[in-house]
Amino acid sequence: MAEMQLPAGKLAELSERFLQDVYSIPDGEKIKLCLQCGTCSASCPTSYAMDYTPREIIAAFRAGMLDRVLKSNTVWMCASCYSCTVRCPAGIKLTDVMYELKRLGIEYGLYAKQATAPVLSREFVKMVDKHGRNPELSLLGTFYLKTNPFGLLKMAPLGLKLFKRGRLAFRPSKVKKQYELARITKRLESKEGK
Amino acid sequence: MDYTYYPGCSLEVSNKAYDISARNVVKALGANLVELEDWNCCGATNYMSVRELRSFAISARNLALAEKQNRDVVTACSACFTTLNKTHSYMEGNAKLRGEVNDALSAVDLKYDCKIKVRHLLDVLVNDIGIENIASKTKVKLEGLRVVPYYGCQLTRPNATFDDAEFPTTMDALFKALGAEVVDYPLKTKCCGGMLMTTAEKVALKLVKNLLDCAVKRQAHCIVTPCPLCHFNLDAYQDNVNKMFGTNFAVPTLFFTQLIGVALGLSGQDIALGQEIVPAGGVLSSYMGGRQ
Repeated sequence: MAEMQLPAGKLAELSERFLQDVYSIPDGEKIKLCLQCGTCSASCPTSYAMDYTPREIIAAFRAGMLDRVLKSNTVWMCASCYSCTVRCPAGIKLTDVMYELKRLGIEYGLYAKQATAPVLSREFVKMVDKHGRNPELSLLGTFYLKTNPFGLLKMAPLGLKLFKRGRLAFRPSKVKKQYELARITKRLESKEGK
Repeated sequence: MDYTYYPGCSLEVSNKAYDISARNVVKALGANLVELEDWNCCGATNYMSVRELRSFAISARNLALAEKQNRDVVTACSACFTTLNKTHSYMEGNAKLRGEVNDALSAVDLKYDCKIKVRHLLDVLVNDIGIENIASKTKVKLEGLRVVPYYGCQLTRPNATFDDAEFPTTMDALFKALGAEVVDYPLKTKCCGGMLMTTAEKVALKLVKNLLDCAVKRQAHCIVTPCPLCHFNLDAYQDNVNKMFGTNFAVPTLFFTQLIGVALGLSGQDIALGQEIVPAGGVLSSYMGGRQ
């Protein structure tokens, strides 16, 4: 892939931040023990659709190419099935590493333009912050409007079937003490930003 | 016995059939699910993709509320189970994280001391209520029904609390005891694609196609699952699989609680039969004797 690369200084900052964040995950330091055996890639149900396989992510990071990994489709193809995590002979929690890369990608704005999963995740957080629960219908509606309005039309037949079966709620369910969630997340703003 | 019950967002609306059948089956078995008062979203995979600590904190609010009741918290949703249990186990094993999350919870006078357990409903049914006990209460033997026990990912990974991470057998044993022919299903813990069905549909459809294909080749009459996301992908998207691959799958997918309900002699209404997209009434008709 011949896309633009980050300036060296910024890339070094990103790589350092990645390592420190991964180390803060329980068992995070085990990432140093990767022996490039490829068990993760072979276990991954979606690696066939990834620009870089899970094994290659760690190789690319070691080669100082973390920005390329972030801008590829790889982390957004992770379905969070934890197959790699339970099989890794070095005990690396690769699914957690994937989450860390997702967070860094969103924070630094480094992700593939065609990746729609970051949009879904961000909208999800906004709605859970607002309602305390996931209002499925408005989440999907907003998601499709922002990424692929045509997708809404494509979803209409299924939507109708779900509606007929009473499986769509037009008024989102809310937590009564929403202020509690707001206070909890506010307390963490200094640690994690907004 | 009473359990604190965490339904989760998905069981509230789009997968109500799971909630309804879970409550009625547990009741029929002499236990009780008491809904956790004012629970909030567990955070799921999406919140974790944006904010880590906040995701643990909102998840832990539920655990702190449940701990006040002094009972284990039970959820039927595998995704909620994984998220809540991951929060529990990371907080339990990591004093720094526990401190940070509890500091955030202290803003609303809550605290989580990791004294309760997060459990999946399948675990409770199989290990507390017991397979033999359930079998002794059945009114209908599921004889001749070829059932695929599809466990999915989140039930046993990353933390296998009550069954094997890659080769679980609890549902196999359960439905065998209820008289069903349990299909030997090698893809029982292969991923259905989860939320990728929304963000990378073609990739997820391929995974679902593989699952359906294997079920059909093994002459399954239906698939049972303990996960609302797996159910949605297998059932509601079966039509899209057929369109994309030119197949004509019509495999009914049930929540595992619905099939237990059939064996217990519950009515179609009690197990919310008919809310599925691929109709399951046909394969179940001979076991329901007009109770649909």
